[in-house]
Amino acid sequence: MAADAPIVKFTSLQKRYGDGPLVLSDINLAVAPGDFVTMIGPSGCGKSTVLKLVSGLSPWTAGGLTVAGVRPRQARDRQAFIFQDATLLPWLTAQLNAELPLRLRGVPAAERIAQASRMLGLVGLGGVRGYYPRQLSGGMRMRVSIARALTLAPQLLLLDEPFGALDEMTRNRLNEELLALRAAAPFTAMFVTHSVTEAVFLSNRILVMAAGPGRFHAEVPVDFPYPRRPELRERAEFQAKVNEVSHLLHEVEEPVRA
Amino acid sequence: MKKLPPLLAWGLPALSGLLFVGLWYGVRAASGLQSWILPTPREIIAAAWQERETLLAAAGNTAAGALAGFLLAGVFGFLTALLLGVSRSLRAGLYPWLLVLQMTPVIVLTPVIVLWAGPGLPGIITVTWLISFFPIVANMTQGLLSTDMNHVALFRMCNASRLQEMLLLRVPSAMPYYLAGLRIAATLAPIGAIFGEYMVGNSAGGTGGLGFLVYRYNTQIKIPALFATALTSCLLGFIFVAAVAWLNWAVLHKWHDSFERTDH
Repeated sequence: MAADAPIVKFTSLQKRYGDGPLVLSDINLAVAPGDFVTMIGPSGCGKSTVLKLVSGLSPWTAGGLTVAGVRPRQARDRQAFIFQDATLLPWLTAQLNAELPLRLRGVPAAERIAQASRMLGLVGLGGVRGYYPRQLSGGMRMRVSIARALTLAPQLLLLDEPFGALDEMTRNRLNEELLALRAAAPFTAMFVTHSVTEAVFLSNRILVMAAGPGRFHAEVPVDFPYPRRPELRERAEFQAKVNEVSHLLHEVEEPVRA
Repeated sequence: MKKLPPLLAWGLPALSGLLFVGLWYGVRAASGLQSWILPTPREIIAAAWQERETLLAAAGNTAAGALAGFLLAGVFGFLTALLLGVSRSLRAGLYPWLLVLQMTPVIVLTPVIVLWAGPGLPGIITVTWLISFFPIVANMTQGLLSTDMNHVALFRMCNASRLQEMLLLRVPSAMPYYLAGLRIAATLAPIGAIFGEYMVGNSAGGTGGLGFLVYRYNTQIKIPALFATALTSCLLGFIFVAAVAWLNWAVLHKWHDSFERTDH
């Protein structure tokens, strides 16, 4: 595979559940290695479905989709998924939760303990490794979830509204931490969110989606260089970008009738 | 839910207990019923003291039968639920028949059980097992099927095997259900054993359990002793339930929400 070959490639993909209405229509997208692609759009536009297709959790109806050149299911070793809620196993400590993917792959205990401890340290949870999920705050749980996903050193990280349930301050912090983690161990990201600010801060490409059927409405490139500092959010160019995306969202949320 | 202050939490049940005993004496005095029809609590305790050795030995026999039946039900209930949880076709094929078996009153089966398992302890254990088996299977199966779909997706994403999904995800997440099943079974097991003794134990000779004492005291019209037997059975049931409550705490208190410490 050439270095610049897309890591995820959709070609005229269509998706429907059973014989229901079309969920996704004519999806064309090539995600290059190193991209941080965010999908944003009204509820029901199929943005989470896009991630499910890439992860191989859900089949499509027509068209094509490859991940790293092969079918999504065969590329699972290269990807990790971060869910809307932290989806930690409540009967395992933070440490054992972070070890889970390695354990499922049969990684020897010593190695997985070291690797999970290191990741928990990187997300600032070195001190609560023995805590159970219910003893952790929402933000801390999501950090464990991120650490768990990154223990596999995935090439591709799929994030389905991971910070949607958190307060704004925690969300901003985690946005910054996510970018720092990505700088340390690069991965390609496909991200779903409802927050325009978050989308602009994180991504280099934003795909605005429309519903009924779900489709890509417009693509907005975001050219601010990485690493991005928190101060970026206060700059006028940043605000202009936020406005541009918000405007596009208004277009798809309130369709103009002829 | 707000917790009551300890004084009320202990005081209120004590008070209602006292009221009940008062009412009991009142009814006895007002009705003029004789001791062998409605003994007073005092007469019951006196009978319990007088028969203490017989009652204790019988309670021991009953406890042994109940415990054996309960443990068998716990183990086989767990394994049966695993089987039902693993395969949809097994579940579809077997579950209706399990329900049919559960609907069959054990009393109807008792003569057959004696015939097959033999009188005495084997028959008693079988009756206890039959009675406590179903709530365990039903709860545990429900638990195995109630796994969080996102957790299942997580395991699939990690290419987990079916065995890993079962052992590392479905079984642990079904533990609260399994323990709820055990709790119900713990209340049923002593009842099952006593019932079994009453039905089949008396053919085993003189050394029966509490169920046999019910039979004996009844034919001897020793009504206060009969009430004392009920009291002993009640204590035995309490021990069973307390043991399972402790097990429930031991398994769940670290992580399950039902043991959340709260300030309110």
